[in-house]
Amino acid sequence: MFAHNGVIILLTLLVALMASIMPLPLSVDAFRPDWVLIVLIYWCMALPARVNIITAWIMGFLLDVLLGSVLGVYAAAMAISVYIVAENFQKIRNFSIWQQALIAGVLAALYHLVVFWLQRFLIDVTFLPSYLYPVITTIVLWPWVFYLLRKVRRHFSIK
Amino acid sequence: MNPIFKHGPSPQHRLVLVLFCSALLIFFDHKTASFESFRGYLQSMVSPLQYLANTPKQAMTWASENVATRRQLLAENQQYRLNELKFHEQAMQLDIIKQENERLRSLLASPLRGELKKMVAEILSVDSDPYSHQVVINRGAGDGVYDGQPVIDALGIVGQILHVGQTSSRVILITDISHAVPVRVQRNGLRLLATGSGQIDKLNHTFVSQSADIKNGDILVTSGLGGKYPEGYPVSQVSFVSHDESREFMRVFSTPIAQIDRLRYLLLLSNDEPASIFSPTPKALQNKNSSKKAQPATKAKSKTKVVS
Repeated sequence: MFAHNGVIILLTLLVALMASIMPLPLSVDAFRPDWVLIVLIYWCMALPARVNIITAWIMGFLLDVLLGSVLGVYAAAMAISVYIVAENFQKIRNFSIWQQALIAGVLAALYHLVVFWLQRFLIDVTFLPSYLYPVITTIVLWPWVFYLLRKVRRHFSIK
Repeated sequence: MNPIFKHGPSPQHRLVLVLFCSALLIFFDHKTASFESFRGYLQSMVSPLQYLANTPKQAMTWASENVATRRQLLAENQQYRLNELKFHEQAMQLDIIKQENERLRSLLASPLRGELKKMVAEILSVDSDPYSHQVVINRGAGDGVYDGQPVIDALGIVGQILHVGQTSSRVILITDISHAVPVRVQRNGLRLLATGSGQIDKLNHTFVSQSADIKNGDILVTSGLGGKYPEGYPVSQVSFVSHDESREFMRVFSTPIAQIDRLRYLLLLSNDEPASIFSPTPKALQNKNSSKKAQPATKAKSKTKVVS
């Protein structure tokens, strides 16, 4: 994990975790993008040998602890979403940036729906359309995160 | 290193493995609530992250507090002085009324009410999980916080402590869907249950009979039943009452009085002897620890209905 500047991967993931619990005004809070998921999708696509489903599950577990949900809910959703990337990383790499953004959006939607289904199964929550707002911001954010992380990867020559 | 032939377990195997782990965790955490102490450790472990994530907001607050003009400060000071005068006058009245009340209670041979210990806490982060309403505060087991401790703000009841870490702890708000508070109508003492609705500005009241005397604008205060929340703190104001005779029960909604969506400073109440408001004295802490060991607090299960 730590060879070839692997620490940088961990650092980006930690920053993503922090961004996902940072206090925001209530009106913007519903649109908070899925930072951890985006960063995991990028690394899993770029370096599938380094970042895989187990990493995703651990990040999801940390998110569970940070958000105070039932342990294992976010972990499962994160693992399922990243599994799809891990299976198809060679195809996704060849798509254009906007196609990738759409795929990231679909994965974010899946992630939120899995979390909702599990929560629905555990406690009686009702569905509100606002639960899917982060999908929009995730799609918009993908190109920026992609270029930024690619720059980081090339600069530190993470392999 | 970029292997053409991947080694290690295939993605499918890994997925099955982690989903199995998730299922186990969900079962043990949700159904058996056996992870309470483990969660305490986890909470302590991640609290540096929470403090770190809070720094931008703190820096902004610091900046906005430090660039206030002289005139603003003077005006604020003036306002506070006026407020202090008003509160001081009320406190004098309150002292007399308190004494009188104690005398009357002793005449009626009912138990005297003890003074509540209070501790100020600040919000560290607000939960971004839309399915639960929780906040994290900057006080933990080291400050004498315990599970199920009632939390109020300047206006009314906010919630109760859910998980305690070493330096931070988690508060479940009254609007959380898995939380309920026993309340009574201040006007006539009618008892109700205020259940969270999952919306920040709405509490739900179930099983209110059609003949109940309840009106729009009634103030609901804690009834003290259940033993978690002390009696008499304001909880919410009735905002919607529907008398539909075809239904078995009335539909009643209310709005929380505490400003749940703009919390910053909170007060933690506890039944011990009063101590310094900013940090408990070492003696009080010791008492707390020993009493905690003596009788494990009746803990409400985390995600099931917390009727407290």
